[in-house]
Parts: sequence; C-alpha cells; structure tokens
Amino acid sequence: MSYPESYRYTKEHEWVHVDGDHGTVGITDHAQHELGDIVFVDLPKTGTKVTKGQTFGSVESVKAVSDIYSPVSGEVSEINELLSKSPEKLNEDPHGQAWLIKVKLADSREINELMSAADYQKYVGAE
Amino acid sequence: MIAATELKRTPLFGVHSACNAKLVDFGGWNMPVQYSGILQEHNAVRSAVGLFDVSHMGEIEIRGPEAAKLVDHVSTNNAAKLKIGQAHYSALLYEHGGFVDDILVHKVSNTDFFLCVNASNQEKDFEHIRAHNNFDAEVEYASERYAQLAIQGPKALATLQKLTATPLAEIKYYWFRDGNVAGAPARIARTGYTGEDGFEIYISPAEAPRIWDEVLHAGEEFGIKPCGLGARNTLRLEAKMALYGHELTASINPFEADLAWIVKMEKPDFIGRGALENALQRGITRKLAGFEMQGRGIGRDGYEVWIEGNPAGWVTSGGPSPTLNRNIGLCYLPLDKAAPGVPIQILIRNLPVDAVTVPVPFYKRAKQ
Repeated sequence: MSYPESYRYTKEHEWVHVDGDHGTVGITDHAQHELGDIVFVDLPKTGTKVTKGQTFGSVESVKAVSDIYSPVSGEVSEINELLSKSPEKLNEDPHGQAWLIKVKLADSREINELMSAADYQKYVGAE
Repeated sequence: MIAATELKRTPLFGVHSACNAKLVDFGGWNMPVQYSGILQEHNAVRSAVGLFDVSHMGEIEIRGPEAAKLVDHVSTNNAAKLKIGQAHYSALLYEHGGFVDDILVHKVSNTDFFLCVNASNQEKDFEHIRAHNNFDAEVEYASERYAQLAIQGPKALATLQKLTATPLAEIKYYWFRDGNVAGAPARIARTGYTGEDGFEIYISPAEAPRIWDEVLHAGEEFGIKPCGLGARNTLRLEAKMALYGHELTASINPFEADLAWIVKMEKPDFIGRGALENALQRGITRKLAGFEMQGRGIGRDGYEVWIEGNPAGWVTSGGPSPTLNRNIGLCYLPLDKAAPGVPIQILIRNLPVDAVTVPVPFYKRAKQ
C-alpha cells in the first residue's frame, strides 16, 4: 500500500491529514500490518485535549495492546464511531475509512516536524 | 533483548521465512507467531485443519528396567497405569509442590518412556529428572533428535491419513503409534493443544521441511493453513489448556491450577507429594477461574482482578475468543470467588472494567 502524499507521519506510525484548522489522525498501513488482526480500538471522548507525542488511546490486536500517540496538539472534535463496531476496518483501510479521530489543531505548524510520505516510506523500509 | 541471530531455530525456520511468517522471540526461540493472520488460522483449525511447527518443544527419553518407577517418582500422574502406546498429561513438581513443568508422558514399552516438555523448560526438566534419578534408568535429553508437527482440526485425520498406512481412526485420543509419515519414521500421537481432534507427530529434523510441505499439500483440498503460536494460544485458551509461565508457575500447585485430575495422591511417593498433602490439609485458598468481559475492554495476561473494590487476583491469560466472539480469560481468585457467576473487575490501564466468572472450558468441540 502506498502512503498518501498529503499526509504527515510519526515515528510511532501514526498519520495526520490537515485540512484548514482540523487534522484527521490514523495509524499507518505499516502499523496495522505489524499489529495483525485488530479487535479493539479505544478512543478518547470528543472534547478531550490531546498533546503531540502523548498517548490518546490504544489499538488492540488478538495478541497485544499498542498505544497511539497524537501527531498533533489540540482538541478532539470527532471520533470514528465505525471502529467501535468494526475494528477490523483498521486492517482493511487504515489510511481512509478507518481514521481514528479529528482534532481541532492548537498549532498547525506542529506538522512541519513530522515526516513526509517519502521519508516515512524510507523510515519503515529501514526499520 | 537478544539479537535475532542468537535465537534458536527449528528445522523449519527456512520454511517459515519463505512463507512470510511473522517471527517472534518465544522463550529464546525464533518462532512464527502468524502466517496469514491469527483469526484466519484459528478458524481454519476449528472448521477444517491447521498445521503447526512445534519443534521447539523438548523431548526427554527415560529407559531401563526402572524407567516407570523414575517417571512415577518425578511426575504426578500414574505412569504405572499407562498401557503401551498410551499417553497422558502430567506434571513435574518441586518438593514444595509448585510446577517445574507440565508434560506429556508416552509409554513406548515397559522400559521406555517418551516425555514431551515445554521448550523453555527442557534443560531445567532434564536436570530435575536426572537429579532425582536414583533408579536403574537412563535419562536422555533427546530434543535434538526430534522435530514435531501438530496437525489439528476436524480434517486432521483425513489430511494425515493420505500420508501414512497407519490406520489413524484406530488411534484413540491420547494414544499413539510408531509408523511412517510421507515415507519417514514418525511417532504419531492423537494429542493436541487446540481443543480439536488432531495429531502430533514426532519426526526426524532432517525430514521436517519435506513432511511439512507434504502435509500442506495433503490438506489443500480442506483449506489447510500453516498456523503460528498466536493461533495456538487463542485455541488453547478457549479449550482452557494451561500454559507454563501463565497458569502454571513454581509458586502455583496443581490443585490451585484446577489440575487435581493429574495428581494421583494414592501413589505412595512422588516429588511434591508431602507439600500437596499439607496444602490439602490447610485448605486451598485460591483457584484458577474463567472469566468473560462484560464492559468494553480486553483483560490480558498480568492484569489485576478486583472484587468489590479490593485486589483479589490476577489474569494469567486473556484475550479475544475468535470462536465465541467474546473477550475471555483465566485468572486466579480466592477459592470462594472462583465459581461461575461472580462479578469481578479487571483493571485495564487503571480503570476497573466489569467481567464475570464463567464455566470452563470456554469451548468444547461437539462429540462425533
């Protein structure tokens, strides 16, 4: 799977797609592949403050629990309800339908510190 | 963490790498945790057939005129009662009654016993048995001479029968025969760790890659899948089969572990017997229980269990049950709370989440 050019990526394998003052956050295809069959997603409530680099939820596969770290700071404006019923969507469409949360950004410049698609591709290739 | 190159490999390591298996460090062994995906592999075993490389498991052979006496001295089940060609589940205990390991004992002849033991315990088990060998018997560490494959599922018999002249239907559950599989000598046991019908075969390491391929080919028409340790764990948990290091440890005794059925207190003497007698006299205080999550969350290995606001025990194994589509687990609880129907809370990331104790096993296959 290719990594969308318009997204920015973290070393912890999250992505963020910024549109105006909002960012949509998810986990990468590499992350879902490493986790295996995803069976449970724990997300914060809307209105929760998230901080760049801090954990805001978790994704559980059959085998293990993984923390998800926020690529940006701000306030959760929407969570993806689809994932509470169908966590397996994260394995199928991690860059699209299975986004995790939307965040009202505190500082849109934060994303400049994140990796581009090309850099992330190199990063997971070398990991 | 040990570098991947220092991990031990089974004779099938090359095969797994070629199959794109995801490999992990499992007790010092570089083992496949999954191939196509744990859920698919799990379902293949429940509905058709799966093939596991379990060559990391250890083998210990005990031979000699007093082989049976030594086995009976070091293990809790009654080896003297085994018939030739029969196997049973048993335990090695310390003097204090805790587990050294849980094992399978196969009686090959009156003077020859074949033990299958856990991978990460094999050296310890061998030393333990040898240290207690005051009998006219030889103890051999035989793990290097065997690879082991598990063929498990309702189509296991039909799959394996294509590769052997041994009439598999005649082998009863927990019996075994020596024969050939795909033209190579094999010990064929009707045992398993999945809760399904199936076989575990002990073969020469040199033949293992070829036999692995032949079993996959034979099972193709049934949709056989190579299965990793991930599926092995979800399958055994549903069937409530214990895993050393989780349900069983050096500080747990077999009564606590709900394994009284493998302890034959009528045997005059075995290591740990005195401690177990004392434990029974004092009374068992805690016991293994099954639970099912009611709130949102998955209780996992090591999580605390609370009852009415107080710590009461811990989860030994927990996770999603693919067959039941529920989140299940095993935990130690005070004896009076270990019966089904007790409301408990599992502490998941410091938040108590509701669960309830349930009857075990979680899954039992329909009798044919």
